[in-house]
Formats: sequence, C-alpha cells, structure tokens
Amino acid sequence: MSTTERPDFLDTPLCVGPLTLGSRLIVGTGKYRDLDESADCLRLSGADMVTVAIRRVSPAAVGERSLWDVIPPEMHILPNTAGCYTVDDCIRTAHLARELLGDERGRLIKVEVIGDEKTLFPDVAATIEATRRLALEGFICMPYITDDPVSCLRLLDAGASAVMPLAAPIGSGLGIRNPYNLAIILEQVRARSTVPVIVDAGVGTASDAARAMEMGVDGVLMNTAIAGAKDARRMAVAMRDAVRAGRDAYLAGRIPMKLYATASSPIEGLIGS
Amino acid sequence: MRLPLVKGAFGEGGEGIVKMRINGEEVLFNPPPGSLADLLSALAVPQARIAVERNGRIIPRAERESCPVAEGDAIEIVTLVGGG
Repeated sequence: MSTTERPDFLDTPLCVGPLTLGSRLIVGTGKYRDLDESADCLRLSGADMVTVAIRRVSPAAVGERSLWDVIPPEMHILPNTAGCYTVDDCIRTAHLARELLGDERGRLIKVEVIGDEKTLFPDVAATIEATRRLALEGFICMPYITDDPVSCLRLLDAGASAVMPLAAPIGSGLGIRNPYNLAIILEQVRARSTVPVIVDAGVGTASDAARAMEMGVDGVLMNTAIAGAKDARRMAVAMRDAVRAGRDAYLAGRIPMKLYATASSPIEGLIGS
Repeated sequence: MRLPLVKGAFGEGGEGIVKMRINGEEVLFNPPPGSLADLLSALAVPQARIAVERNGRIIPRAERESCPVAEGDAIEIVTLVGGG
C-alpha cells in the first residue's frame, strides 16, 4: 500500500435545496492576485460551489479573459449580494444574478445585507426579510448571518435553504469566535430542520476549518483565508484537507475529554520486580 | 468608467446626439442607437455575459433587440466578478 493511499469512508453529500455537493468546502473568487491563481485555487480546493459578486462591467476588461473563463462548467456558481445595505438592493442584485445565469442556474443566491461598514456584520432584520421575499420568488437562499441562534431559526421560518453563521468578521482570520453559539445553532437548527449549517466568514487557517467540521457543521465557506495566504495554492490544498479531516473526525466519533489519565498500555503482564 | 463618444456606428448620421447615463457616467451617442442591442454593440460589450437594467428595470436578453433606448436613459450593465 503506497503512503498516499487513503481509505475512502462513506459520507452523505452536502444537500442545499435541490443541489447535491460532494465537497463540503465552498470557496470565493475574490482578492486573488490574478486569474491563473483563481483558476488553480478553485481546482485545488476541490470545491463544487464557488461564490461570485455582481458588479458593473469595466470597459478595460472588455475582450479580455475573465472570471467566466476560469470557473469550471461543472461548478455551481453562488452569486452573492455583497455590498448591499438594504432589502431592495439585495433583491435587485438577486434578480440581476438570475438574469445573468438564467432561470435554472440563476436560482441560487447568497443573501448578504450588511449592517455596518467596519464589521461587515449582517443587518439581521433585513437579511431575514430579504430571504423571505426571495424564497417566495423561488430562489434557493443561502443567507450569511450572525452566529445568533434566534436569527438562524428565523431564517428557517423565512424559507432559507441553508443558514450560514459567521465564524468571525469577513476577512478577519480570527476563526470561530463563539463555538458555544455555533454548537447551539447546530442543535436548534437540527431539531427543526434538515437545512445545512455552513460556517461562512472569518476562517483564518486550516485548523479553523477543521474545528468547524469537527463540531458537526455541514460545510465551510471561505475566501480571504485562501486568496490572502502567501501561497494561496498551498492553502487551497490545506483547506481541502482540513475540511475532509474535520469531517472524518466528526463522523469517526472522538474520545471524550477527561480530567485524568487512562493508560494506553496494559496494566497486566508488567515485568515483576 | 470612461466610455468614448460613440460616433457613426449605425450608418448615416444626422439625427443628432443623444445623451444617456451608462453605469453612472454620461455617454454621448451619435447617431442615437435604435435599440438596447444596438447600444450594447456600440459599447462592444460581450452580450452573453452581462445583465442590463434600463431605468431600473431589468431588460431580459430576449428583449434587447426590441427594447428602445432614449435620451436621458439610465443604463446599468453588470457581470460576474470575483467575490466571497
């Protein structure tokens, strides 16, 4: 058996509405140094879904290679409503995204309605309202939200197809700030629904992603953690492995934490004195 | 965003200049584009990878040929870009 072989243990896919994703890592396309780096990192991450933003066409970019050329056709595109501070702007952006991607591919939307420029924390009330309206229109909504269990439950009521609590502010690299809230979110959302919980924002390094998955989170979404790394390609690989490792550890069922030692070697058969 | 004065793209001129707001900037067209599709051609924007709003209303791809444009219109042309 070669050292690179790895037994494949079974896992269920990540289900978001009608979609089935093999990878539990979702990556963003922002802040890469160039399109080649974007393309390589998307591929190396093993992700099946990728986020994009909707912005005005720049005349300098007309005719050149663009993001459209580097996203593999089999990847699901998740347009976001980043930069929106109101429900109306969010809905307008979602409609533009649907027009861009067509009625079939264009139903997915990452609902982001920001409440504060410095923290980029979501405006919770507006996010819930935007989700409610878009879900009624038939969008598959994946809202970005605070790590507040009540808000996550309200999003379920609003018809969200995923809830995406932040680990920490976007791009902060702080990792999971409030694991207790995240654990409560997992418990309370699962008590009511099969909607996946996906940690989105604030992941800094591989152990953050692994930790989220070990807690039982359904998936992790990240952008800056990879794109901002010194070697983005290497970090994409690290994150792919971290999400898998954390997921396997969760499914394997860890040992309990104990205050005192339990010997690993047998007590019987000790050499007599 | 700076777009040039677009001249003579549609055959004989003489109908006069029209001014429209494209992605927040004033652009002069001479002669005036007959339709939204003409306008997009004049701007050399790849039509498959964009979505367009005219005066706050999304104009679906299929309606671009038949959609008129007029003096004072506000046009937004958007596409997908990198984001998290």
